[in-house]
This record gives sequence, structure tokens and C-alpha cells, in this order.
Amino acid sequence: MSPSLTIAEIPTVKAAKGATATITIKAHLASGYHANSHTPTDAYLIPLALTWTDGPLKMQKIDYPAGSMEKYPFSDKPLSVVTGDFSITTQFKVPANAASGPAAQKGGLKFQACDTQRCYAPKTVPVNITVSVE
Amino acid sequence: MNLVRSIQIGIVAAALGVVACSMYDREPAPHSELKDTTDRKKAPDFALKDSHGNVVHLSDYKGKVVLLDFWATWCGPCNIEIPWFTDFERRYKDRGFEVLGVSMDDDGWKAINPFVTAKQINYKIVLGDDMTSDQYGSVEALPTTFVIDREGRIASIHIGLSGKKEFEDAIEKLLDAPASGGSPKRANES
Repeated sequence: MSPSLTIAEIPTVKAAKGATATITIKAHLASGYHANSHTPTDAYLIPLALTWTDGPLKMQKIDYPAGSMEKYPFSDKPLSVVTGDFSITTQFKVPANAASGPAAQKGGLKFQACDTQRCYAPKTVPVNITVSVE
Repeated sequence: MNLVRSIQIGIVAAALGVVACSMYDREPAPHSELKDTTDRKKAPDFALKDSHGNVVHLSDYKGKVVLLDFWATWCGPCNIEIPWFTDFERRYKDRGFEVLGVSMDDDGWKAINPFVTAKQINYKIVLGDDMTSDQYGSVEALPTTFVIDREGRIASIHIGLSGKKEFEDAIEKLLDAPASGGSPKRANES
């Protein structure tokens, strides 16, 4: 069975027009698995990547967790990975002309996980946040 | 320490050892032995394209022992096995053996071709799809490798990183096994 990655529910985010808003998502990768960090050690590896696709906020910067260097039986050198609980923070700009009221900010978190013996196809977990533009 | 206490400690130590080995040992996970010929199921045929656009069927390999490897460029354990398979292709090809790699890369040949060149892969690669994966029992974990006998039947299945010797033993046995209505082919036979 392929590994699950869950994202904790995020309370409605209040965003003031013209200001910046910071949103942190808290993710959990099932025990016994690891996923490549955003900066994997090998060009062939698929990085952890958060993509914002729709919503009133304009993404400015994403801060990923620093990967921990772990050694696995299938790699000669340590790999930069995330395991268990980790957070990703996004800094947004709230456009001055954004429509007031609640809106959906949508994205997806792509990850590719392995255990010590096998790997699983990359998956994208949807990230949906309610934003209240004020 | 009485006997019962010693046995209890022994059982706990053995259980912890098993758990530790299964989590961290470099040894490959247990895999199936060669199935008895009567238990082997027909390997599903497929039609997949190679990098030149040529359609490759599994049935094209009729009469050969085939190592069918579902893999991807982003799969670390696959990268350990690929040099072994390149070695097998070179060593056993003349005895009626072929490796066929089924890549499950979403990015297709753009990802596969540079990888094949860099790793000096000497066997045929085709681009897999969900239908083929489903035919082979919904291949979720990579690598998943099927060793297929000369009659086109699945002789063993290896899910996850396996041992080189495990594959070698399976290939040797299948190459040495008498084909239907014939005797086994040896390396010095044409």
C-alpha cells in the first residue's frame, strides 16, 4: 500500500488588503517512509514541492523544511529527506484590489516517498485554505 | 536465573532482533522462491513503445527467459538493481535471456533517455502505463520485477530491492530447465 501524507486542517486565514499573509501547513508522512526534501541530493529524485494554483493571494516565498541527511540501504550516500511531521510556510501578498470576503486558496503538495526497500509513485495532496480578505 | 526466565528473555531478544532486521538490515526483504511449474501463471502480454516508437510485445520474447523490471528514474532501489540487470543481459543473452525494463516515469522519454545513457543500460526499455501495471497486479511499489520462464509464465516475483544472487539463481535455474519438448540450452550451444 502506498504511503499516506496528511495535512492538518488550517483555520480560516485573515488577510488584510495590501498586506502580507503567512500560512503554515503542517504535514505528516506515515511512519516508516521518507520523502525527498525540496532539495534532494540527486538530480533524478523528485523534490517535495508545494504549488499554489488558485486563490486571491499572490505567493511570494515558500520556506521548506531543511531535509535531514539519512542513509538508506539503496543509496551509497545519505539522502536529503523529510519524515514524520514537518511544516511548510508560505508568504503571500494580499493584493490591494482583492475582493473582500471569504475565498478559497488552493494548492497541492507533491511528494515522492520510499521505505528502505521500495519507492512509490509521486503523489500530489490537495491543500485547500479558506482566506478571509478584509 | 531459572529456565522459564531464560526462555522468556530469549523470546523477547529474538523478537526484537526480527523487528530490528526488518527495519534496518541491509539484507533484502524476503521474496518468493521460484514457483513450481504447475503454480506458474501466464505473464500477461502487452504492447508498449520503446524510445524509437516501436511497439514491443512481451510475446516477442517467446521461448526466452525474461526479467521484466518495473522501475523509474526517481527510484533509488531501482538504481541499485539496474547495474545487475545490465550485467545479466551481457552474461546470459546468448543463452536465451533478455531483460525488459518497463519505466513508470510520468515524464516519459525526456526523463528516461538521459538516464539510460548515463547508466549505460544495455537492454530494451519500454514506457509503461497504468493498464500494464494493472495487468501485473497493480504495481505500486518500485522496483517490482517478474522473472518469466521460457513458456511465458511468471516464475518469481520480486517486490522491492532484491539480492543480485537471488536473481542469478532464478535465471540460472530457468535457463537450465528443459523447455517444453526440448533439453536445456547451455552457454556453449548455439
